[in-house]
Amino acid sequence: MKPIKIAVASGKGGTGKTMVATSLAASIQSQTPVQFLDCDVEAPNAHLFLKPEIYQTDAAVIRVPVIDHHACTACGICVQGCEFNALAKLKGKIIVFPQLCHGCGSCTRLCPEGAIHEEPREIGTLSIGVTDTGMKYFGGKLTISEPMPTPIIRQLKHKVEYEADSLSILDSPPGASCPVVATVHDADFVLLVTEPTPFGLHDLKQMLGVLSQTGSPGGVIINRDGIGDDRIEDYLKGTPYSILMRIPFQRNIAVGLAQGELLTDWLPEYKHQFQELFRIIMQVIKGEMISL
Amino acid sequence: MLIMISSQDKTLDSEPSLRFGRAPYFILYDIDHETWKAFENQAVYQRGGAGVAAAQFLSDKQVDAALSGRFGPNAHQSLSAAGIKMLTFDSQYDSIHAVVDAFKAGDLSEVPGS
Repeated sequence: MKPIKIAVASGKGGTGKTMVATSLAASIQSQTPVQFLDCDVEAPNAHLFLKPEIYQTDAAVIRVPVIDHHACTACGICVQGCEFNALAKLKGKIIVFPQLCHGCGSCTRLCPEGAIHEEPREIGTLSIGVTDTGMKYFGGKLTISEPMPTPIIRQLKHKVEYEADSLSILDSPPGASCPVVATVHDADFVLLVTEPTPFGLHDLKQMLGVLSQTGSPGGVIINRDGIGDDRIEDYLKGTPYSILMRIPFQRNIAVGLAQGELLTDWLPEYKHQFQELFRIIMQVIKGEMISL
Repeated sequence: MLIMISSQDKTLDSEPSLRFGRAPYFILYDIDHETWKAFENQAVYQRGGAGVAAAQFLSDKQVDAALSGRFGPNAHQSLSAAGIKMLTFDSQYDSIHAVVDAFKAGDLSEVPGS
């Protein structure tokens, strides 16, 4: 069977993505070995719950242009070719803004004088580790003050060996922009964690918009169930997506999470719920259920 | 001397824009000839690096000074490299006219490093 990727995303931040992703991974690890990818590289925190032992850390780099000012004629072709305004021609000199560069390489190829070469610039790290239950962990981390998480997410996903039958769980960043798309675009299933509030629904709609573009099947988990109102249920009635699980708004859950405990260790009754959730997801992926 | 003022609209009566890179318009004012011209700021439509793109525009127009509410780090670096002075104003000025008068009177503060 081909490798399977399940992504956990939300739109709104702080809805419980990492709680769900780590609980799901820990619940099924005994049946199916899991690879866990923390793609929330701007604020990675899955390691706080999984506590992996890191055995390899590599630099995440992008390749940025360096101008040879002797060879450069300041024709400005590179400036016009740059989609991201990472180059400017000021006072007859080409200036590079490395933090705006996406590392696409257009300027290097466009330069008629061969005056541009690329040098790696470190923007973060990629870590590989293993938990005490044998779960493989891959975590990316963007260096503070660096603006671009997406290249790290791509490189992190490249690090993983997706063998036949392998199962990967990806903890997505919040939002619905490039870093999220880079995480979920090739997922076989996307779990959307939301909360029954106006903000939760607003951002859930954005994520459903992303899924309509990527074509991945998905389902919704309502966290902090009991606060707010029924707006999520009402909205989902008009969509092909259904609610797969509800996690109540309970002080005791927060007490465990605040101590770095996995939900499924703190309240073991959830383990069965996550195993059941996984069974349903696998049915959808295998095509045994067309729609939820 | 040419100065460029970030503006919300395209006349001298327009409200000045406190943002540089993503100001809707720029008013180019020629102090020596008391003439002016408005430009739509194309950098507004950029996904990133609006400050650099706007500075590139000012540099191409051979402007001597940029007047805005504040300058972001990329705009600051670009304008410095282009040798363009940066001066800031606050919300007390309700028109481009008022900002030009304040500039002439020497009432605007110059950004260090420009």
